[in-house]
Amino acid sequence: MERVGEVIEASTTEFVAQCYELYQLPPLGSLVKTRDLPVELYGIVYNAATTSLEPGRRPIARGKDEATEEEIYRSSPQLLKLLRSEFNALVVGHRQGDRLYHHLPPQPARIHSFVYLCSPEEVNEFGQSFDFLNILINAHLPVPTEELVAASLRQMSQAYEDRRGFLVAAGKELAILLGGNLNQLKAILGRIRQ
Amino acid sequence: MTQQEENQRLGIVVSGSLNKGVEVKLDSSASIEDIAVGRFVTIEGQKRRFFGMITDVSLGLIDQKLALTPPDVSDPFIAEVLTGTSTFGALHVSPTLAIGGDVATLLEGPQPVKTVPSHFSVVNLASQRDVELVFGKEDKERFWIGNPLDMETKICLDLPELVKRSNGIFGKSGTGKTFFTRMLLIGMLQKSNAVNLIFDMHNEYGWEGSSEEGQRKVKALKQLFPSNVAVFTLDEESSRRRGVSTDFVVRISYDEIEPEDIVLLRQTLNLTEPAVETVHRMHRRFGKNWLQNTLALKDAEEIKELLKELDIHESTFQNLKRGLATIRRLPFIEPHAPTNAVRGILEHLDRGMNVVLEFGRYRDITAYVLVANMLARRIYAQYQERMEKAMAENTAPPTPLVITIEEAHRFLDSQAASQTIFGTIAREMRKYNVTLLVIDQRPSGIDDEVMSQIGTKIAFHLDNERDIDSVLAGVSGKSELKSVLSKLESKQQALIFGHAVPVPVVVRMREYGSAESYKGFIPREEAEAGKQAEKDIEELWE
Repeated sequence: MERVGEVIEASTTEFVAQCYELYQLPPLGSLVKTRDLPVELYGIVYNAATTSLEPGRRPIARGKDEATEEEIYRSSPQLLKLLRSEFNALVVGHRQGDRLYHHLPPQPARIHSFVYLCSPEEVNEFGQSFDFLNILINAHLPVPTEELVAASLRQMSQAYEDRRGFLVAAGKELAILLGGNLNQLKAILGRIRQ
Repeated sequence: MTQQEENQRLGIVVSGSLNKGVEVKLDSSASIEDIAVGRFVTIEGQKRRFFGMITDVSLGLIDQKLALTPPDVSDPFIAEVLTGTSTFGALHVSPTLAIGGDVATLLEGPQPVKTVPSHFSVVNLASQRDVELVFGKEDKERFWIGNPLDMETKICLDLPELVKRSNGIFGKSGTGKTFFTRMLLIGMLQKSNAVNLIFDMHNEYGWEGSSEEGQRKVKALKQLFPSNVAVFTLDEESSRRRGVSTDFVVRISYDEIEPEDIVLLRQTLNLTEPAVETVHRMHRRFGKNWLQNTLALKDAEEIKELLKELDIHESTFQNLKRGLATIRRLPFIEPHAPTNAVRGILEHLDRGMNVVLEFGRYRDITAYVLVANMLARRIYAQYQERMEKAMAENTAPPTPLVITIEEAHRFLDSQAASQTIFGTIAREMRKYNVTLLVIDQRPSGIDDEVMSQIGTKIAFHLDNERDIDSVLAGVSGKSELKSVLSKLESKQQALIFGHAVPVPVVVRMREYGSAESYKGFIPREEAEAGKQAEKDIEELWE
């Protein structure tokens, strides 16, 4: 299981994790988890950002005399230490003991919990239920809901042999959840169609 | 059909009422285009199973906006996602029976429903077993008439039950009425314990008939069951030409025609009201030989005197005479017939023989109405007498008799129904062990009162609104059945409902006419006995 970061901020509904390496961000919509027992938390990456280490200090443009972007980092190696990449994950479920729950955990994640990218097997297991879609749709996030839902379904479908079957089933669930919001449904279906 | 297909799930109950039936939302896995009205379904309620028929199919939308801005369904992915969710098929099902569940249904078989299944009960296509449970298996009393839509199960009619009431077969011409009737008669001949008297207007039931295309000859009763069927004919010459071996040539003497027979023919003979009255006066005057005496009146003076005496107007008398001349021209009517047709028929019926009366070339309605009415009345009178005697003396009642008439609206229209014997039989029904099998293409012409007394109705394709209404008059769930009836295929499909079937059922008719099909109609023991005889004969010649 690939470790992608460490929790640096947490609430009941989401957590923020910082990556160990600059730009080593998990993809948008991918399923991540914390393994800080007894409760493991599942989250879906909904946002990622690379910013200056110190909030008050903004990076400046450095590439005027360089031929490629790579050259900038090579000539100023300190940059890798002055910048940081972090991502936000929306909590969509948890595991307690052997059981997987598709609803919010009793407690938020602890700071410094390690965050892992879920293996295809785990994604497969998690995707057996589409209850998490309801959480995604109803969360008020800075990213457009349809983008996030579509991205997470695209990511998840890779863990399935029958990708199309998975997406159709998810689409049907969405059609019911978004019964009154046809435009949003159309937007999501347009983004996940095969 | 595999087990899986047998329990094919269609959807769930979402709303409804006992009166109007329940609405079923189709699962996305079930294609609405595979569903046909008339198919049977079972509904798995919490406490009992319901059995019903699909009576309507419709399309639903979760949001009306979808209808205004249709999604891009050319993309199969989007089409697949929306099917069954945002857009869905809906079925209208009328649950009619409860099968299994409580004690009564286990002990006594399917019971009529008095409630509806609870919300979200699962709806499946009825399996072979369910249909068998409801309609019974082919046995000594049940006769296989056909299959339900899209199923191989046999639909069987309980014939002894069927013949307890009068029955009707309705449908436009060319829909399969005659074939069905022929098959039903074969069934009744074997399994109903009743004897049949068939007034065969078009010579189709006795020896052989022809298929719709007119190419193929199909065997009829006498060819298949020579020992159980007697063919009577009014037209010996025609029968001989067609190669039919007849048992009896029917002749009718003048004195057998009674005023009531003429009354019935009022319209066809174009008689006025006073002319009909004159018939009765003539009958009073001359008694049994009134017809002969009336026709024999030649002398002008004599006529004048008689008319004066009976207070009859001259023109009325002429009108009557013209009408009676039409009857006299019928070749089978003779001053003194050598045989008594009524006695002949009764003798055969008493021996358990089924009688088919062929009309040969005399297919005009005057001959048919006259003869059928006359014979039926006398036979009915005999039955009435015997039945009353049997009741008084506590002996066995006479064998039930089923009289088959074609063009029934001529006998049973609202005017004639009160006058003909057939009206009486239809109304008084089984009291005297005589019932009717009426065959007609214009059921709207039949008197409402008679129609309401018909026990089991077998309706083939009808497209006239009035005919459909009259066939369905007084049936519960009329509007649902109407949609089923009007969607029948134009051939060999019939909606059967009423006394002899537990639920209305759409039947695809059993095959009739091929050598293979005949084998199926002849009971196995008889067929085997026949084979044995053939074998014996072969051996004899070796």
